[in-house]
Amino acid sequence: MEPTQSVAKRSPGRWLILLAVLLSALTLSGIAASPAMAEDVSAASATEEPAATEEPAATEEPGATEEPVEDFEYNFRGNVQFEGEPVEGVRITVEGGGFETETETDADGRWEVGVPDNEGTFTVTLDEDTLPEGVIVVEEGGAEREAEFGLTRNASVNFFLGEGVRTTVSFFDQFVQRAVNGLNFGLLLALAAIGLSLIFGTTGLSNFAHAELITFGALMTLTFGGTLGVPIWLAIIIAVVLSGILGWVLDAGIWKPLRKRGVGLIPLMIVSIGLSLALRYTYQFFYGGQTQQLVGATGTPRINIGPISLTWIDIASMAISIVVLLAVAFFLVRTRIGKATRAVADNSSLASASGIDVNFVIRIVWVLGAALAGLSGILWAYFRPGVSWDMGFQILLLIFAAVVLGGLGTAFGALVGALIVGLFVEVSTLWLPSDMKYVGALVIMIIVLLFRPQGILGRRERIG
Amino acid sequence: MDWGAIFGNAAVELISPTTAAYALAALGLAIHFGYTGLLNFGQAGFMLLGAYGYAIPALKLGWPFWACVLTALAASVIFALILGIPTLRLRADYLAIVTIAAAEVLRLIFTTNEFRAVTGSANGLSEFQVDLLALNPFPPGRYGFGPFVFDNRVWFFLVIAWIVVAIAAVFTWLIMRSPWGRVVKGIREDEDAVRALGKNVYSYKIQSLILGGLLGTLAGILFVLPRAVVPSYFQPTLTFVIYAVLLLGGAATILGPIVGSIVFWVLLSFFSGFVSRAVTAGWFPFMTQVQAGQLRFILVGVAIMLIVVFMPQGLLGNKKELAFVK
Repeated sequence: MEPTQSVAKRSPGRWLILLAVLLSALTLSGIAASPAMAEDVSAASATEEPAATEEPAATEEPGATEEPVEDFEYNFRGNVQFEGEPVEGVRITVEGGGFETETETDADGRWEVGVPDNEGTFTVTLDEDTLPEGVIVVEEGGAEREAEFGLTRNASVNFFLGEGVRTTVSFFDQFVQRAVNGLNFGLLLALAAIGLSLIFGTTGLSNFAHAELITFGALMTLTFGGTLGVPIWLAIIIAVVLSGILGWVLDAGIWKPLRKRGVGLIPLMIVSIGLSLALRYTYQFFYGGQTQQLVGATGTPRINIGPISLTWIDIASMAISIVVLLAVAFFLVRTRIGKATRAVADNSSLASASGIDVNFVIRIVWVLGAALAGLSGILWAYFRPGVSWDMGFQILLLIFAAVVLGGLGTAFGALVGALIVGLFVEVSTLWLPSDMKYVGALVIMIIVLLFRPQGILGRRERIG
Repeated sequence: MDWGAIFGNAAVELISPTTAAYALAALGLAIHFGYTGLLNFGQAGFMLLGAYGYAIPALKLGWPFWACVLTALAASVIFALILGIPTLRLRADYLAIVTIAAAEVLRLIFTTNEFRAVTGSANGLSEFQVDLLALNPFPPGRYGFGPFVFDNRVWFFLVIAWIVVAIAAVFTWLIMRSPWGRVVKGIREDEDAVRALGKNVYSYKIQSLILGGLLGTLAGILFVLPRAVVPSYFQPTLTFVIYAVLLLGGAATILGPIVGSIVFWVLLSFFSGFVSRAVTAGWFPFMTQVQAGQLRFILVGVAIMLIVVFMPQGLLGNKKELAFVK
């Protein structure tokens, strides 16, 4: 067991690096935030005082000749006016079902935005910062409105404007809120990323079908928790177990025979792409193209802790992620099979020569990786919120980014990478438009490859 | 069941401009993957640059068509350099992940509402072909023979597309039997051996990436000419389908991508025509019309897996010239 021990010896060092990286990342982001924060505190003032002149701001014009929005079937539209005058350039954000987009009102004060499906509730937000000075949204619910489609393809959402002074959330509070969201997102990415990274480490396969393992967990929870009416905690456990079984089946049915045939790594990767495509459309075949909600995913009351507003599902999600990640870390560092796993990842022929059953270890890794991915999919379904056939594929590249950032094939690197990607994606929405939030993380990955191709915790020889 | 219509629609795919565009994009990938061994998963990004590189100058600046084509090609070269310089020194799968990520970044940038004025956002751009259509030698009207009846606009795009494919195929054939081609194939077989012979492997790889990317860009232009440019065409799935086309025909062949594209589209059209009519006729009571549409993607995925494992050389490939590196 010589290699195993040497792996075990290195790990305290890695933990130190991990801590250092986390600390420096936090410090850096704090520094970046401070000047803008100081500027913004003065702007954040007073409470909302709706004045007397209330004006129904919007009436829908049925005959309006707007250019048809071809890409999406369903549209939200509305019209923003203040005292009869159209207000131009007001930013409207529509979010729901894992989809997010924004638009601005045109010269006539009209706006229209297309969304891919009509299931579920959408949140339509009017950005009060883009309104003229002294004008706010007066009405219960304020600038954030829940909206849904009935049987029509178009739904109108109107805001009522009036004079008043608005409360703005200070930059720092926004930053804290998004950082917490980012942490939540990063933790759920980490669950999937560790599996991907372990599979890569032990078999050399860049598994593009990992996205479908993520979707599988969410779909199974939906089937058991929603359709079959099993209590949600039991449905989640069943889904995670089924995900693990799927991992076993995939390894036994596809990957092990291919390894035995001696198929090269690149053909294997292309096989995983084919598998990903086939599975994804199989899901769509059975579950359809719409977005469905898990039990409790929407309408849960929010708990406010200082500037942070969370639902208990967010808190539970973070707690579950942390506990599971600690358990995985314990498994890898302390147990015999965990050590064997890292030995195989390090050098599989040496591990095999020292008496480790490589195929058994790989089987364990597939089961573990798939179960973690399934759990990550369930948490992702609550985070978006919504379950859809391509939900895993939407974050696949972020997971690859996390794994590459941390160092391909290193489990703890994947954790660090995932946290960085999660935080970056959420916090970057302070500056980037929300439909571009994945761009930042992918660009960061490309830049990291330029300067440190082995990733943050990776070692040089892996990039060969 | 209307077998005539099924066969007719399938026959149209033999020569449709889309078939030509996929053939050209796959030919570009053949240079990357089949000949040089580069795993480019961002071919959709190169195609996107072709489509928008052509459409934006044509619509927003009113440039003539040749200037638009040159803009698209220039954008493609810059993209290839940005992708290639950091990643071509690394192992093959890094290039794969970076190229797929970069193509997604491009697609998201062209989808966001931020640049709506230029890119048209999710609705895309249309009516950018006016300048090119002014040169259409075909008299107006619909004509043709058998199932091949198109209007003059489609005939024009069809002829352009296949001429470009033919030129690109001859060019690739010539360049692959030149000394340059031999070095590139050497890199695919054994990079270190080529380096030991004093060749600058890195530079050859970048040249290959640019060259294949240019073909992908031209393919992007051909692909959008008969339609509007919409960013959702250029999802990663497009790249995967082009890989399926390439692997079907044979990765390290000149005619493989072209034959692959024709076989792929004819079979796909035949299959979806048959299933959709069978569903209408009530042969598959468990399936809806929408599900029948999804079945073909499942088929493409399974086909990719089977071809890679059981027929890695493709329809036209030579078993001796192995399609895969390492």
